[in-house]
Amino acid sequence: MERTDIGLFGMAASSLLIAVAVGISLWRNLGLERSVLFAALRALIQLILVGYALQLIVDPGDPLWRSAVWLVFMLGFASYTTKQRAADVPAVFQLALLAYAASAAVTLGVLFGFGVYEIEGRTIVPLAGIVIGNSLSATVLVSRQLFNAASVQRGDIEGRLALGLSAREAFQPHLREALRTALVPQIESTKAVGIIALPGAMVGLILAGVEPVDAVRVQLSVMYLVLGSVATTTAVLSIGISRRLFTSADQLRRFDVRS
Amino acid sequence: MTSEPSFELVDVVAGPEAGPILKGITIDIPCRGITALAGPSGSGKSTLLRLLNRLDEPLSGSISLNGRPLTEWEPAALRRQVGMVFQKPPVFDGDVLANLQVADANVTDERARHVLDHVGLGADLLERRAGDLSGGEAQRMCVARALLTSPSVLLADEPTAALDHEARRTIEDLGIEVAAGGVPIVWVTHDTDQLRRLADHAMVLIDGEVAAFGHVDELSEHAVAAVRALVGA
Repeated sequence: MERTDIGLFGMAASSLLIAVAVGISLWRNLGLERSVLFAALRALIQLILVGYALQLIVDPGDPLWRSAVWLVFMLGFASYTTKQRAADVPAVFQLALLAYAASAAVTLGVLFGFGVYEIEGRTIVPLAGIVIGNSLSATVLVSRQLFNAASVQRGDIEGRLALGLSAREAFQPHLREALRTALVPQIESTKAVGIIALPGAMVGLILAGVEPVDAVRVQLSVMYLVLGSVATTTAVLSIGISRRLFTSADQLRRFDVRS
Repeated sequence: MTSEPSFELVDVVAGPEAGPILKGITIDIPCRGITALAGPSGSGKSTLLRLLNRLDEPLSGSISLNGRPLTEWEPAALRRQVGMVFQKPPVFDGDVLANLQVADANVTDERARHVLDHVGLGADLLERRAGDLSGGEAQRMCVARALLTSPSVLLADEPTAALDHEARRTIEDLGIEVAAGGVPIVWVTHDTDQLRRLADHAMVLIDGEVAAFGHVDELSEHAVAAVRALVGA
C-alpha cells in the first residue's frame, strides 16, 4: 500500500472545510466566524511547530536526552494546567506531577519493558503524550470531585470519623465515587470503539498507508495505554489528595472553597 | 463499676486563628447523667463539643479524658470511647443494617435488632433504606449506631434542633434512657425548656468563656442574669 503525503495542496484543499464551518456560522448567525478562524490558525501554527520540534527527536540518530527534556516539559505543563483548572485543591501541582510521572513510568514501563515498542524518540514522546494528554481531564475531574466531597460531604465524613473509622476508611466511599466517575467514561469509550467511532490513531495510520490490521494492533495498544494511564494517574492523585485533606489525627481539614 | 468519665480542659483556645471562639477555657467536666451545654448562638458550644472527641484541634491548651491527654489517645479509639450524635444525622448509603455495620462491621443480626429495639425502632427497619427514614427515626438510628461502639460518654450536638415537636420528645426520652443506662451525655442545647427537662447539671458558655457550671437548681439562682436566663430560670 502506498504511503500518503497530502502535500501543501492537500492541506490547503482540506482547509476549505474551515470555510464550510465559517459559512454555516454566517448562515445561522452564530457569531463564531472569528473563533473558527482563530482555532484553525492556532492549530496550524501549533502543529507546524510541534512537527518541526518532533523532527529533532524522531530520527534514530537523535539523542534520547532530547526526548527526555520534552517529556519533562510535558509533565510540567500538564501539572501546571491541572493546577490552573483545580486551583482550590491543596498542593495539586506537586501531586499531579507525581501522578503523571508515576503513570508514565508504569504504562511506558510495560510497553517498553515487554518490547511492544522500541525505546526511541519516535515512540517515547508520542506515547507519553497520549498518557499525559488523556489523563489530564480525568485528573482535573478527580481533583475537583475529591475536594468538593471534603466540603459538601463533611457531615458524612465526620459522621464516620466519629464512629471510630480512620480517615482512609471514612473517605473511602467518596474516593471510590470519584475514581468511578473518572474511569467509567473511559471504559465506555473503550467498549464503543470501532462501533460508534474509528479512533484517531488508527484512522491516521490507515490514511498514511498502513494496513488496517496493523493499524488496529497499534490502536489497541494505544487504547489500553490510555485506560491504564487514566487509572494509574487518578489512583495516585486521589491517594495524594486524600492524605492532604486530613491531619495526622484523622481530622478533616477546612479549606476556603472559591466560589 | 467504672468511675464516671471526666474531661479536663486547661486554658483551651479554639476556633479560627484570626478570631478564636473559645478564649481560654479551664474546667473539669465530670460526666454523669445528662450535662447540658448551654449558651447563646456563637458562644462556642459546638466548638467545645467537637474538641472532646478530637474532631477539631484546639489552637492552644490541653484537653484530657480521665486524666489522659487526648493527644495520647489513638484518634479512632478515642472516638469509640466518646461517641457523637450530630444535629443533622449523617445517614450513610444502604439500609439500616449497613449503617449499623459502619460502626461495627461484625454486628450480629441479634445485636442489631437489640440495639434498634433499645432506641425504640422496630427490627423490621433493619432492611429499610436508611435514606427513607423520617428525621426522628434517622436520629434514633444514629444513636443506635453510636451505642454500637460501646462509648463511655456520648456527645450530642443539638440532636433535636432539626426535628418536629413529637420527634424531639422521643429523642429526649431516649437520651434520658441512655444516660440512665450508664452512658452519660454532654448535650448541647439552646432550648431552655429542653435543658430543664433533661439535665441535672449545666455548663453555660457566654462569648467563648465559661460563665457558670453547676447543678441546674444552683444556676437558676446565679448572680448573673444572663446565666439564669440561659438555664430557663
